Amino acid sequence: MSTVVGEMDHHDHHHHAPSGITRWLFTTNHKDIGSLYLWFSFIMFLVGGAMAMVIRAELFQPGLQLVEPHFFNQMTTVHGLIMVFGAVMPAFTGLANWMIPMMIGAPDMALPRMNNWSFWILPFAFAILLASLFMEGGGPAFGWTFYAPLSTTYSSDSTALFVFSVHIMGISSIMGAINVIVTIMNMRAPGMTYMKMPLFVWTWFITAFLLIAVMPVLAGAVTMVLTDKYFGTSFFDAAGGGDPVMFQHIFWFFGHPEVYIMILPSFGIVSAIIPAFSRKQLFGYASMVYATAAIAGLSFLVWAHHMFTTGMPVFAELFFMYCTMLISVPTGVKVFNWVATMWRGSITFEPPMMFALAFVILFTIGGFSGLMLAITPVDFQYHDTYFVVAHFHYVLVSGAIFSIMAAAYYWLPKWTGHMYDMGLAKLHFWASLISVNVLFFPMHFAGLAGMPRRIPDYSIQFADINQIVSIGGFAFGLSQLIFLWLVIKCVRGGEKAPAKPWEGAEGLEWTVPSPAPYHTFDTPPEVK
Amino acid sequence: MSTQPSKPDNLKIIRRLLLTVVCMFAFGFALVPLYEVFCDLTGFNGRFTDGQAAANTKAVDTSRTINVQFVTRVNKGMPWGFEPEVRSVRVHPGETKVVNFLARNPTGGNMVAQAIPSVAPGEASLYLNKVECFCFNQQPLAAGTETAMPMQFYLDPEIPEHIHTVTLSYTMYDMTQNMTPDALAAIQPTAE
Amino acid sequence: MSIKLISALVAMAPVAAQARSQLNLTQGVTDISQRVYDLHMTIFYICCVIGVVVFGAMFWSMIRHRKSKGRKPATFHENVKVEIAWTVIPFLILIGMAIPATSTLIAMEDTSEAEVTVLVTGSQWKWHYKYFDTDVEYFSLLATPRQQIENKLDKGENYLLEVDRPLVIPTGKKVRFLITSDDVIHSWWVPDFAVKKDANPGMINEAWTKVDEPGIYRGQCAELCGKDHGFMPVVVIAKEPAEYDAWMAEQVAAKQRAEEEEQRLLAMSMDMDEAMELGERVYVGSCAACHQANGEGIPGVFPALKGSDMALNDMQGHIDIVVNGKTGTSMQAFGNQLTMQEIAAVVTYERNAWGNDTGDLVQAADINAFMNE
Repeated sequence: MSTVVGEMDHHDHHHHAPSGITRWLFTTNHKDIGSLYLWFSFIMFLVGGAMAMVIRAELFQPGLQLVEPHFFNQMTTVHGLIMVFGAVMPAFTGLANWMIPMMIGAPDMALPRMNNWSFWILPFAFAILLASLFMEGGGPAFGWTFYAPLSTTYSSDSTALFVFSVHIMGISSIMGAINVIVTIMNMRAPGMTYMKMPLFVWTWFITAFLLIAVMPVLAGAVTMVLTDKYFGTSFFDAAGGGDPVMFQHIFWFFGHPEVYIMILPSFGIVSAIIPAFSRKQLFGYASMVYATAAIAGLSFLVWAHHMFTTGMPVFAELFFMYCTMLISVPTGVKVFNWVATMWRGSITFEPPMMFALAFVILFTIGGFSGLMLAITPVDFQYHDTYFVVAHFHYVLVSGAIFSIMAAAYYWLPKWTGHMYDMGLAKLHFWASLISVNVLFFPMHFAGLAGMPRRIPDYSIQFADINQIVSIGGFAFGLSQLIFLWLVIKCVRGGEKAPAKPWEGAEGLEWTVPSPAPYHTFDTPPEVK
Repeated sequence: MSTQPSKPDNLKIIRRLLLTVVCMFAFGFALVPLYEVFCDLTGFNGRFTDGQAAANTKAVDTSRTINVQFVTRVNKGMPWGFEPEVRSVRVHPGETKVVNFLARNPTGGNMVAQAIPSVAPGEASLYLNKVECFCFNQQPLAAGTETAMPMQFYLDPEIPEHIHTVTLSYTMYDMTQNMTPDALAAIQPTAE
Repeated sequence: MSIKLISALVAMAPVAAQARSQLNLTQGVTDISQRVYDLHMTIFYICCVIGVVVFGAMFWSMIRHRKSKGRKPATFHENVKVEIAWTVIPFLILIGMAIPATSTLIAMEDTSEAEVTVLVTGSQWKWHYKYFDTDVEYFSLLATPRQQIENKLDKGENYLLEVDRPLVIPTGKKVRFLITSDDVIHSWWVPDFAVKKDANPGMINEAWTKVDEPGIYRGQCAELCGKDHGFMPVVVIAKEPAEYDAWMAEQVAAKQRAEEEEQRLLAMSMDMDEAMELGERVYVGSCAACHQANGEGIPGVFPALKGSDMALNDMQGHIDIVVNGKTGTSMQAFGNQLTMQEIAAVVTYERNAWGNDTGDLVQAADINAFMNE
């Protein structure tokens, strides 16, 4: 080990990191780019969160108080776009950049220059999207799913900017995915066979293929929206022989794999953390890999479960219902494996573990509501209500976001070289856990009682529930500032972190010192 | 760096991945014709290619009667009158019927419209054959005139037993803005 | 930690189980809605049982298998039998769920042999109902006053769930809905019937219901359809067949009367005050959603009428756009939605309100002349 470190010090003398802004602008270092992605995603998380606060403030009471409906629709739309493409996906890409090379014993990502581009085009994409809010007629107001013809004939002129920014996001994601795949295929240290890779690497590997497969379809969909609106085509215009329902088929062909893109890396993270703090090897490693692949494969066969009310023949409804139900089998296998990993382990509850355990429980609750939504006859009642909003926020906020928080708490000492304030981290956890449930759990009831989603005002029977939800929302939003404060504090100083701060942690990333040197594994480690 | 794997190897993977990206982008567009084929084969969404069916050579199945309803609509922002001569007809599978649709252009300008059909239940669209229909073509209509447009159809005797009612809907869309002024000016009032 | 989590979950569970009307899915008033409700509860309970087992095992190990209790970790990390078991058992549970789901779905989609057919058309932001086989058709608009929405008046009991003209259907008969749209996608939803179907432009969708209990049933548009998506409720009144027939006869008669009235009104002329008063009423009901009550529209989305060239100068163009609408925009043809007198009044209003002081007074006869020119 010591020789490896000596070797790296030696290298450091030759590759001085440039300082100042140019370091970040021109960097090709996976750790720098990882940090950029993570900071960017956190900023976007706060921006998208601020929009959620506007939404919750308007919905605090029945009646229109703060914003008018057209602006409300822009808020729901841009909140969704930012959280999906600006917060969750870049956060995962940031984690991939930081961790994948270190986990597989590679010196860097395979394509460092492309890595730089794939990050640096992102801020432009979101600058364009946010700028569109200030255009005459406002920004996109048709929901993040931009169903035609609301997004074509009936949208404002900012649609062109929306399309352009989605294209840039797509290009960025595709470049990131190519980088991940090439890195994993070609840069593994000797002895690091596929079936020895950490699950985070595996889940990202599969996610990257999903990205390659579906981001171009999204690009196609937005292109068709653009040409329908501005160049006289009629892909989705019934008048010209097109079909608006076809838009939904194309969109959800992208959209359903997309939701797995946002959850598979979470599975990888949790599969690293639960064994570490249970001091016990992950149960059923191979079945975890196969389950992930099965989920990814099935994700291409279930898209129309988002469209049961569009009017499909019974045979199609049955097909998509059965396929969707089937997804709960591999997902269940994962949850059972995590529980079995904990079983008869030696568990401690550090912040990463707390978030990982909350993930397992809350994600499973989101899975249950997902199973309920899969049942076509009842989906007719749930569809487009707050029940759906509750469902996907359970899997995305207390699922994906909680896993990202868990990852941050797990690897922060490795990134910064400092231990963070455990008290603050626990405060952040409990505040988030309680508020996230106050925020999203009552939404189930609002939806079941009949409150549609994407409405700026509601009938008085929903007033109490919405008030509770809004309070939970404000509390959850504020709780995240604790995390910001904690990270800043940790970057600036703190107790020196050892190479392996967690007793039960496994993996190559813990064999290098903390903070991880600028260059790691210039000489590949030997994996037995 | 010493551990950098050989370049061509990376390039090969990148090339394949980029090819996949291009193919998937093309696939997004290919979904458009694929969707149409799929709809034609399954009656998905009640869409069907508005092609002309062959003349009816099927035997009439007098043991069953099916109620065929006609729904006509004009798209919003379009002032035409558009009505079927009868609201519904009862037909035996295999029997050929002709129904006239009346269109009236109340405005002071020549207009062109296109009728877009839809069938409910979608499954029935597989068995509805149109020998002749105004919806095959755009309909020009001179200012202030009206016309009767025929639609000749038959139901395939193979139509499933559980279908008792077929609803055929036409929505009239304004196509005037796609026409050149000359073509519009050339529209003559129909003889009727 | 674990105790708090458990108590949090336990606290939530009874809320979900107890409350029927306020917090749970409605049982509705039809056989289908009852079956849907039963299916919903069945699957919910199955999920609860699975949840208890999984979370129970998890909390058990969180409490019993912690390091602070001096536990030494076990070393097992796979067991093929267990893994096969927890793949196969969920699969069997799923089959158990799929069977009732399939039969309910097939029943829901059987639209054949309906006795009444209603064509339901969504448009921004109202519903239109047309009874097949009759001439009875009308728009159904939100009836909640603007002042309630803007918090200037107290909100009524059916705030945002009330319309001016509800759909009326007979009880005990199978009613079939043909659902379509005039512009963007809407979704027609009445929870008590368990009917939710998208209204797609250019396409018709089918749904049906058979209501046994007379009553008033309320729902909403369920698909984002633009600015006032939250303000286009659905209200259906189910009446006994005899009452329904009487109502229908009344509608037919009323339509006849309205046509005669229209002819009589053509001969009459309004003075400016009458025209402005009626015009404002029509404007608030039909125009203000887009062009706003102050006539300023929403820049870039809905054009302003205040100070616009058309409202100040181009009288024929103004009448034309109100009567015939504008293709490819949200501007509808009001020629067949409003009476000629109403159109005349609203055009007059738009040409004289908000400082558009043209002094133009349009009469129903002018509209008649325009429409029949």
